[in-house]
Amino acid sequence: MKDERVLLAHGSGGLMSQRLIDEVFKKAWSNEILDNMLDGAVMEVPSGRMAMSTDSFVITPLFFPGGDIGKLAICGTVNDLVACGARPLYLSVAFIIEEGLAMDQLRSIVKSMAETAEEAGIKLITGDTKVVEKGSADRVFINTTGIGFIPEGIDFRPGRIEPGDKIIVTGQVGDHGLAILSQREGLSFTTPALSDCAPLYQLGEIVNKYGNSIKCMRDPTRGGLATVLNEIAGQAQIGVRVQEADIPVSLVVRGACDMLGMDPLYMANEGKMVIFAAADAAEGILADLQSLPQTADAAVIGEATSEPEGMVLITTELGARRILGMLEGEHVPRIC
Amino acid sequence: MKYKLSLLQAIQDETRNISLMEVCGTHTMAIARSGIRELLPSNIKLLSGPGCPVCVTSQGDIDGVLELVRKQDIILITFGDMMRVPGTGSSLEEERSRGADIRIGYSPRDALRAAQENPGKEVVFLGIGFETTTPAIGAAIEEAREDGIPNFSVFSLHKIVPPALEALFADAEIKIDGLICPGHVGAVIGLGPFEKLASQYGKPCVITGFETLDILEGIFMLLQQIQKAEARGENQYKRIVRDQGNPVAMGLINQVFETVPARWRGLGVIPASGLKLRPEYARFDARRKFDIPEMEEIPIKGCACGAVLTGKIIPTECALFGRSCTPLQPVGPCMVSHEGSCAAYYRYMPLERKK
Repeated sequence: MKDERVLLAHGSGGLMSQRLIDEVFKKAWSNEILDNMLDGAVMEVPSGRMAMSTDSFVITPLFFPGGDIGKLAICGTVNDLVACGARPLYLSVAFIIEEGLAMDQLRSIVKSMAETAEEAGIKLITGDTKVVEKGSADRVFINTTGIGFIPEGIDFRPGRIEPGDKIIVTGQVGDHGLAILSQREGLSFTTPALSDCAPLYQLGEIVNKYGNSIKCMRDPTRGGLATVLNEIAGQAQIGVRVQEADIPVSLVVRGACDMLGMDPLYMANEGKMVIFAAADAAEGILADLQSLPQTADAAVIGEATSEPEGMVLITTELGARRILGMLEGEHVPRIC
Repeated sequence: MKYKLSLLQAIQDETRNISLMEVCGTHTMAIARSGIRELLPSNIKLLSGPGCPVCVTSQGDIDGVLELVRKQDIILITFGDMMRVPGTGSSLEEERSRGADIRIGYSPRDALRAAQENPGKEVVFLGIGFETTTPAIGAAIEEAREDGIPNFSVFSLHKIVPPALEALFADAEIKIDGLICPGHVGAVIGLGPFEKLASQYGKPCVITGFETLDILEGIFMLLQQIQKAEARGENQYKRIVRDQGNPVAMGLINQVFETVPARWRGLGVIPASGLKLRPEYARFDARRKFDIPEMEEIPIKGCACGAVLTGKIIPTECALFGRSCTPLQPVGPCMVSHEGSCAAYYRYMPLERKK
């Protein structure tokens, strides 16, 4: 088999670029807007409020159990839009590729983006590719920017959270963080650690049904559940109380974290959402979430309180209460 | 859960004044995280010991490493925890920003690979840790010898745990009624050294695992011994620790290393507590290869890590704790390392302590 690689010339804007776009990107992502190949995407949008979100993806390794950088680049932005209460519509994609990247790897990333976008019902409508010299980037960086339509009346933001609102997490936390870590460090477990990387488009049904009974949603990516709870507590100027025993964590993540000296509450997730919802709607939301495949392990983990403002408190399994703070410094495995 | 709570209840029923020390940094973290310390009655104290390899590394040794990375054509591979440990006027992180080639590795194999990929450079692995990490590093050194890798060496700051525990027991200022002994180290060295310590100093020693239940059981076993005026080495962590330890791992340590006196932060120089490469492996000894002298010990002003590491004070009693010393701006190593007592106290702060 030919060992085809991305060359600097592929980013030159000339014939090589054209060929790369036609044969790799356009072929995989073809739709009526992209296929026009204008300088920018021209599309119809519904009237009303829109949400827009951008994110850059620079992950090592590029391929990991449960996903790859391409899938992640779609999920990350789709989930940010979902968190805003939006129905994801369109996505732009920009690649920065280090020369020498295997063409097969690029193809497989692009294919995975196409599949994830189709699953999430979002269209990739414009893009850009740059190729940089060896050493100027780490194989491939991807930026995606997405826009989505916010249904009439939906208004999700921390400021709407009130004491007594329930906090729901849509599934087990820490899976993505452990999958990446185990891949990077060559750790293996009898039960493989799979990333939870998934586009949470199914939450659209919940948003439609419960509307503003949901106060605020956020996806706990980098920094994990603990960080998101702290951010929201700070922005909403409320207290947050959670019960350690109620937070869903898989056995493999729990075991591996114990072994590595890490804390699942600070590990990244790429297919989870934290939902603050009015107490009277929480039970219904939870039951509906549990009936959807993506969120079957959802659980109520705590509630918003009037004080202490801006602080997250966790009650440990043994009943001790401590502060669940923001992570300071990096979260790395221990030495011994 | 019911068993955990009944263990906790049994511990809470203890009325005597008892000080126990958890030797290992991982225990300190687990205790802080689960909130065990806050749930104990005030008459039972848990002190943190010298069980964080980064924290007990002496200031002079850190300065020696900084001296090494300022030399030309050196690639230093280190565990991430060491990057931000403050030396005198600098740290590995700062040296890296000034151009030193310092890379974070997760195993000594990363250093072997780097040595093969960079034949024009000298690759040094910063060897740090107790009996748990040392065997893998011994194996890497042996591999380098077999494969004849000329540009690989190890800066050994390795230490062994039992002599430090002896030093603690021998220190009249430190009052400890029993030791929660490290499960990981126990898995390598076995029960023997702890039995010896227990009988020699008349203090119970229990090798303990790291889950909440393990720690509660370990504490309970210690209290039982104290109640019966016994002092035995016991093994709570039987699912991992065999009484004879791991002879293969011990064999690797003994094959490559020999004991030498070593300086511990807070404990001073302890005889036969450090590990140096044996003469047969001397060409892999970075300290010798690059002629790094023993550096003078320059204490960090105001830093009480030494007292914290010997259980003489708890982290919150240090004047710098949470004020000028935080995980973002650490003054001493106990606030830097993920195994450090100060970092554990800071990260898992009970509500009552928040100012």
